[in-house]
Amino acid sequence: MLTIEQAYWLIALFLAGAAILNLRGRRWSHAAFWGVLAVLIAGGKFVLSQAAAHNPMPAQMAGIGVLALAALSPRMRRGNLSERDSTEREADALRLRHKLFGPALLIPLVTLLVALFGAYIIVDGVRLFDPTRMTLTGLALACVVALVAALWVTRARPLAGLSEGRRLLDTLGWAALLPLTLAALGGVFAATGVGTAVADLVRLLIPVDNALACVVAFGLGMVLFTVIMGNAFAAFPVLMAGIGIPLLIHQHGADPAILGALGMVTGYCGTLFTPMAANFNIVPVALLELPNQNDVIRAQWKTGALLLVVNLILMDLLIFRF
Amino acid sequence: MTTLLHYLPLLGVLVVVAGFALRFNPVPVVVVAGIVSGLAAGKSIGAILALLGTSFVSERALLLFVLTLPAIGVLERAGLREHARNWIASLRSLTLPRLLIAYLGLRQILSMLGLTSVAGQAQTVRPLLAPMAEAAAEKRGVPLSTGERNEVRAFSAATDNIGLFFGEDVFIALGAVLLIQGFYAQHGIELQPLQIALWALPTAIAAFIIHAIRTVLFARRIKNVAAGAAVLPGPVRRRSTTGPRDNLDTDQHG
Repeated sequence: MLTIEQAYWLIALFLAGAAILNLRGRRWSHAAFWGVLAVLIAGGKFVLSQAAAHNPMPAQMAGIGVLALAALSPRMRRGNLSERDSTEREADALRLRHKLFGPALLIPLVTLLVALFGAYIIVDGVRLFDPTRMTLTGLALACVVALVAALWVTRARPLAGLSEGRRLLDTLGWAALLPLTLAALGGVFAATGVGTAVADLVRLLIPVDNALACVVAFGLGMVLFTVIMGNAFAAFPVLMAGIGIPLLIHQHGADPAILGALGMVTGYCGTLFTPMAANFNIVPVALLELPNQNDVIRAQWKTGALLLVVNLILMDLLIFRF
Repeated sequence: MTTLLHYLPLLGVLVVVAGFALRFNPVPVVVVAGIVSGLAAGKSIGAILALLGTSFVSERALLLFVLTLPAIGVLERAGLREHARNWIASLRSLTLPRLLIAYLGLRQILSMLGLTSVAGQAQTVRPLLAPMAEAAAEKRGVPLSTGERNEVRAFSAATDNIGLFFGEDVFIALGAVLLIQGFYAQHGIELQPLQIALWALPTAIAAFIIHAIRTVLFARRIKNVAAGAAVLPGPVRRRSTTGPRDNLDTDQHG
């Protein structure tokens, strides 16, 4: 059976390979960074199962690993890794043409097929795909299929997969790690009561008898908290428990379905404003080699701001009507 | 005193805001913020380390996108970006706004069907959408300046984000809608997923309209800059160049 755990092992293998290539290139910080990360990803299941069995030791070791990554991050300067000469690439592009799209499109295509039909593929009475996180398992499988196809189409040697992947990985540098680190911070914030403190603070500041004030406080609170946490999913339970349920639903009679849907999408507007949503706003800055960390946010914040206004108006118009 | 203790973990939030404002490397800022709010909540160092470790590894699915890099890297080495550019340049009617708006709509629809991992910054924006958008923008006849090229890339990334966010919220089988339903169920309010998803639809449509209009305006600005540059040779340039260059200018406009 193909499970998400095997995908994690594949990531660890790739990271370890990148670490070895950096080691050979005497880029010590990069080598250490990807090496530590490889161990953390490979050992993830063990850490979690031990923590569940009340053995905090592996989790603490993982915590130390995270500290090491944080210490190494500022040393991950973007080096000039040699890319193939652009005239050679242009010549290949003219020769291979649309064949180049095939493997690239296999990534979405195979992911799609696994997402749609993965549940029905049974080999020897066993399901081929573990139903938990099947789409993500499909994505991992799709990447392997696409790599094989890419090597076949371009007639590159198999190790090119590692060396070219490592080139892109080093281009990303610490930005690759930020989404994970921020998600971990979300976990820490939740466990230390940051959420309830913010909700209490908002309630201290608004006139709770005014329905419109509650709507605006709820909406802007969702945005603010999403900006801080980088994730509307983290903001939702906090603002719902603090303002949504007690004030809007119970006191002012708002419709829960509409409030929930509009509250969440209002939070999504905040995701467009914040560097904390690293996988959406910082990773592409590195991937597209943009000069300024906030370039993607600059391109999208106006859409987010206009949509925020639309959402607040929709909320005020709809939640008390139904 | 108890109220103060209640608000003390907010120090972690302060660390994050200050760290980002001062433009420190975000990874250590985030880790320090976690440690600060842990200490403020009265946890021991051992407990904080364990919390940090388990929170980190339990989110490791967020690193799955790196698996796309080897395949994309091999294709880039063989000229994928160059070909994407050449191809779009050869399609005369595919303008920058048409390309980006079509991508936006497609991304929203795919996300509504739950197919969020099908596209993305690593999977589609870097290898395909960004070079295609650059090529479409260069149909104005003047090559993009470095600044404009970066703007076009950033706008492509933004388009992917907006398409993802305001499509995913309508999908009923995982993600946002189930989180909302689960949260309400914990608080004694029973709802059907479809009831919730339906009310995200107006925002999804508004997102498409707003971003499509912004795309048109953005593309017009990129195009007009070029038109302006072509029509007005600019007195500075003319004065600073001499001889043959001057003749060239006269030829163009004469």
